[in-house]
Amino acid sequence: MQMKTGLKSGLLAAMLTAGLAAPALARDLTVVSWGGNYQDGQREIYFKPFAEKTGKPLLDEAWDGGIGVLQAKVKAGAPNWDAVQVEAEELALGCSDGLYEKIDWNKMGGKDKFLDSAVNDCGVGAIVWSTAIAYDGDKLKDGPKSWADFWDVKKFPGKRSLRKGPKYTLEFALLADGVSKDKVYEVLATDEGVERAFKKLDELKPNIVWWESGAQPLQFLASGEVAMTSAYNGRITGINRTEGKNFKVVWPGSIYAVDSWVVLKDAANKDAAQDFIAFASLPENQSKLPKYVAYGLPNKAAAAEVPADLAKDLPTNPENMTEAISLNTDFWIDNAETLTQRFNAWLAK
Amino acid sequence: MTRLRSRTARSLLLLAPLFVFLVWFFVWPLVGMMSQSVSDSAVLNLLPRSAGILTNWDRRSAPSAEMQQALIADLRAVQDTQALGDMVRRLNSARSGFRTLMTRTVSAVSDPAGPPADLVSIDKRWEKPEFWIAIADALSPYTDRNLLAAIDFGRNAEGAIEKLPPDQSVNLVIMARTFWIAALVTVACAAIGFPYALIAASATGWKRDLLLGAVLLPLWTSLLVRTAAWFILLQEKGLINDLLLALHVTSAPLALIFNRTGVIIAMTHVLLPFMVLPVYSVLITIPKNLMPAAASLGAPPWRAFVRVLLPLSLRGIASGSLLVFISAIGYYITPALIGGPGDQMISSIIAFYATGTANWGMAGALGVVLLVATLLLYSVYARISSEEPGRA
Repeated sequence: MQMKTGLKSGLLAAMLTAGLAAPALARDLTVVSWGGNYQDGQREIYFKPFAEKTGKPLLDEAWDGGIGVLQAKVKAGAPNWDAVQVEAEELALGCSDGLYEKIDWNKMGGKDKFLDSAVNDCGVGAIVWSTAIAYDGDKLKDGPKSWADFWDVKKFPGKRSLRKGPKYTLEFALLADGVSKDKVYEVLATDEGVERAFKKLDELKPNIVWWESGAQPLQFLASGEVAMTSAYNGRITGINRTEGKNFKVVWPGSIYAVDSWVVLKDAANKDAAQDFIAFASLPENQSKLPKYVAYGLPNKAAAAEVPADLAKDLPTNPENMTEAISLNTDFWIDNAETLTQRFNAWLAK
Repeated sequence: MTRLRSRTARSLLLLAPLFVFLVWFFVWPLVGMMSQSVSDSAVLNLLPRSAGILTNWDRRSAPSAEMQQALIADLRAVQDTQALGDMVRRLNSARSGFRTLMTRTVSAVSDPAGPPADLVSIDKRWEKPEFWIAIADALSPYTDRNLLAAIDFGRNAEGAIEKLPPDQSVNLVIMARTFWIAALVTVACAAIGFPYALIAASATGWKRDLLLGAVLLPLWTSLLVRTAAWFILLQEKGLINDLLLALHVTSAPLALIFNRTGVIIAMTHVLLPFMVLPVYSVLITIPKNLMPAAASLGAPPWRAFVRVLLPLSLRGIASGSLLVFISAIGYYITPALIGGPGDQMISSIIAFYATGTANWGMAGALGVVLLVATLLLYSVYARISSEEPGRA
């Protein structure tokens, strides 16, 4: 008898533990993006209107990127995110590793409606964004014009800030060292090119403060901690609008890339996620984005609708694009790991 | 007899939830992490034909037609894209370039019009022995490459273990730095936490509540918020520097941020409660009349402190130090935000492999090395602390 009650309580406990581990009931459509003023804008023009249209709640979360995060979610089964905005490398890696659902391009209105670089089997372009030099126009009247100026601490005294990691940093170092914009990846693909980039970085190393999240460089700039920094162009224009700053973007030598929407493999709301992406890609919705944040639009019809005073701040503006470089995704998916090891070793020296 | 046995069974059943919890949240993840670091079956599982042929290859000559055909056949047979992804990641981590090479090759060999005659016609890189060596090296189900790489070693072309050049790998330097920072923070916490706990334990009423509240309140605030607060205080034009300049203590702003000083200050503040609380809980159990008794026997205050109070409170200091030290080893956010490039700790490297490149083998190996080092330190601690009662 005693044994029996003991068994019962044990079973009960086991069931409780199992109950805790079981997934929750129907999960709301979960959309994940980059946070900050960008996601605030997306909430107004995509998330809220879509939830109203479908009559179902939409949950939005922010993340910092990293293919390992998505892989962990998909491999564990039943990922708790549905639609995620990813960078170009995460798109390429995850697509070849089977982490994403295939995009239903009929739903999106056809591939021909988008820029070529925004079309992928696993992803739909969401924005074209840029990493560029930013400086405070109120403090520096005659600011830097190029990466060579960024490296010149005699002409422009003060600290600099760059994103911690080899991506962008090595390209910028080569540009500062006089490599022409069309040759950057060609040079970087050789051992001597990598050597050259690190040597150039050695020059600036004592003056660099490294940033890791997108809000940091602008804080550094605003507090006067650094004289100039690399930063995401949307954040620079954003802080000018919201806080009345006069931060300038240096377009020559900036590197632009496309971020895309993907749907995680076997996500519970994968169909709703595709509907959401289609909704966020409609010209009438997407064209509202530049009012909130200065990123270029991959839907051609949407881009055409942007008023001229907003279009001048976008990376896709032809004037801003002439001296800019397109991020080479293939180079980085091949070399990111080795070059990051090398970069960490260089940092620790 | 049966009654006794059923009692044992019942108590075991009552403990079952605990066991389930321990296995689920501690044993299983630990075993998983360790097996990730040595398991290496991603390539072998998908390339059985190539594995058979590559064992006979001399690792120098140009890849034969037979090898190329075997690899084409293997790749055509792959159905599971996630498994293919695991294989490509493993190969690219040994040899940069496999990512784009494999994407191109896989799409060419799965061409419905039939595969191309050989691999070299798809991509010239297949002519190079390096890429084939990377495959050949990945064909045993277990590997020590991650564990070796975690301590800056690797195997050369002949298979002998040798140290990696310092511009490729600095895990040992970063690990030593991690332990050093953790030790400094522990010492700083003890130096501040012990007197603080002494004052708190000797205070009464609202004063004690206030002192303990001041320690506990930050504990309930998010780590990120506390770190960001230190950022505001420590920066070049921050409150501390403004105050020092206004009081003419210094003539130029002190460098308090993006260096070791800032990291130690911020981490000490964040971890201080873990020192104060254990020390305090030991101190309040020490009878209040011991110090007057020592004084009545003629001991001056410092002597009474060193001979009576300090030995009795050592146990609290030891457990506080252990808590602080072990928490500090895993710190990630504070060094990233407050520290400079020379203050990067090992968790940021582990995070890079785990979330950045999804190289879980390498993340697991670094975790294992960190775990072993921590266990070694713990055993030293356990030995020292077990000697204490005899001394006290």
